[in-house]
Amino acid sequence: MSHQQSAEPAIYGLMAEFDHADDLVAAAKAAKDGGYDAVEGYSPMPIHGLSDVLGQKNQVAMFTLGGAITGLLVGFGLEYWVNMIEYPMNIAGKPDFSWPAFVVPAYETTILFGALTAALGMLVMNGLPSPYHPVFNVPAFENASRNRFFLVIESKDPRFDLEKTKSFLQGLHPLSLAEVPH
Amino acid sequence: MSNKTTDSEPAALIGPGHSLASVTDKIADMVLTKRTPLGWWFALMVTGTFVGILGFTIVNVFFRGIGLWGPNNPVGWGFDIINFVWWIGIGHAGTLISAILLLLRQGWRTSINRAAEAMTIFAVMCAGMYPLMHTGRPWLAFWMLPLPNSMGMWQNFRSPLIWDVFAVSTYATVSLVFWYVGLIPDLATLRDRAKNIWVKRAYGSLALGWRGAASHWDRYEMASLLLAGISTPLVVSVHTVVSFDFAAGIIPGWHTTIFPPYFVAGAIFAGFAMVLTLMLPIRAWYRLEDFITERHLQNMGKVMLATGLIVAYGYAIEAFTAWYSGSPYESYMITNRLSGPYKYEYWALMLCNILIPQILWSKKARSNVWILFGVSMAINVGMWLERFVIIVMSLHRDFLPSSWGMYHPTRYDWGMFLGTIGFFTFAFTLFIRFLPAIAMFEMRGLVPRGPARPGKSAH
Repeated sequence: MSHQQSAEPAIYGLMAEFDHADDLVAAAKAAKDGGYDAVEGYSPMPIHGLSDVLGQKNQVAMFTLGGAITGLLVGFGLEYWVNMIEYPMNIAGKPDFSWPAFVVPAYETTILFGALTAALGMLVMNGLPSPYHPVFNVPAFENASRNRFFLVIESKDPRFDLEKTKSFLQGLHPLSLAEVPH
Repeated sequence: MSNKTTDSEPAALIGPGHSLASVTDKIADMVLTKRTPLGWWFALMVTGTFVGILGFTIVNVFFRGIGLWGPNNPVGWGFDIINFVWWIGIGHAGTLISAILLLLRQGWRTSINRAAEAMTIFAVMCAGMYPLMHTGRPWLAFWMLPLPNSMGMWQNFRSPLIWDVFAVSTYATVSLVFWYVGLIPDLATLRDRAKNIWVKRAYGSLALGWRGAASHWDRYEMASLLLAGISTPLVVSVHTVVSFDFAAGIIPGWHTTIFPPYFVAGAIFAGFAMVLTLMLPIRAWYRLEDFITERHLQNMGKVMLATGLIVAYGYAIEAFTAWYSGSPYESYMITNRLSGPYKYEYWALMLCNILIPQILWSKKARSNVWILFGVSMAINVGMWLERFVIIVMSLHRDFLPSSWGMYHPTRYDWGMFLGTIGFFTFAFTLFIRFLPAIAMFEMRGLVPRGPARPGKSAH
């Protein structure tokens, strides 16, 4: 494979480590202003505004709405089909299409489908589960889930140049700077 | 979400001097430590014994039938339904804390939401066992689900009992999903902090490769917010539907419109009491006073007081409606409660749910862990008695004196009741040993976002 993609850089990217969330946000801003696009921040807790700085998109809400509407239609459709077409039952002389009584199960399926799309949609759009990822190759990265903040400029960025990007990241005064192997 | 809301007064929510590293290490070490506290083994043994009793009871009831239980004619619903409603109600506080308090931006929920959600899941598991066994043929329980079958039969969607199937199964699923989603970043922390390779792999598999990327956090926070938004109407609907099981019947004491709001308030009341019952000992044993502070105790006491007053209002309205209706059956229902054969249960209920919680008006009482624990135990008992009063007392004397009777629980009723309490505490004991009992990533949102530096604000 490698002979076909000889242009592909040997590493995944460059990783700079910070000990303060504000430093990561400032560094992300600087990287974006410096013209880099393939930039990702890593943090032990959510940092508000960071993904806006990085220009990332989030479609979880739309998917969830779609899931919830599907759940409503499935639930109500099921009740309609069962009670009107497949198995009409005369219960206390009530009409077959007793829609007020059908509200409750349809309400629950709306919630069920909505919740499952929110959770699964989030995971799938995040590309999880993914047991392997190059960032885990950097030993210092184990603190990304504790108290350290990381900025990675990926080698797929057209402006990525090992030496130039390295000196750019050095200019942001990180605690450490590492090459991320594939 | 939490770091935004609590910046103004973080000191009250978390002890002084904590940093990103210290909150992480403190909570993760509760799980990753090699030294299991002796008390934990003791708790596991005691609760495990009761799980054994549960197993014995279930096997007997399964093979010999539910005639082993006390329900009879006219009291067709006994401990099985009392305990189902009691457990479901207890579960509600977990969802309330994790969902509704999140939407209301109450930062104090952070240190108790994980344990409360775990409590919800275990409580719903306990609750689910009862209707399952109550069907009499639990191996045919799938008949309750809309599945194509060789008999060509389908459900009657006009019945509150089938609504209950949908509500409770949705509730169990959504609670589990919400809990697991909340655990993912913390499982990643445990993966990164574990030394033993097998422990690392176990937590690593469960963490799904979480790496805390900014784009992931963004979607994660949106998903959490949506799950909270979705769970809020869900939790209200679940106990409303449970109350419909009664309110849609014509029995005096059941057939009343106050039931849905009164059941939901009672559920929150019972649930907060159970949160305190579980969290106060854990707070003491694991020295979590920095994380579960006096402010948490104050707030939980206030929620119990407020919901307790709503419940008291419900009792008053029940009595008022019975009198105002002019129906002899309705007024007899209240007379029977006040002075009938089960009057001690009724007056014990008034004592536990109305009188004793009034001590929570005092700020001193709300900060005293012993008083809080005592009040929460009283409410646990009181809310159980409430369901006893509603179910057994309404059924045992309805319209015709010729069909009056008494209900006496058998040892299989008690065995299953004590057994589910054992299962609940057993599962909770395992939970605090193997999973972080406090949401680490949310706690990291409450402390300064990095080391303090001269000339810059810590936040």
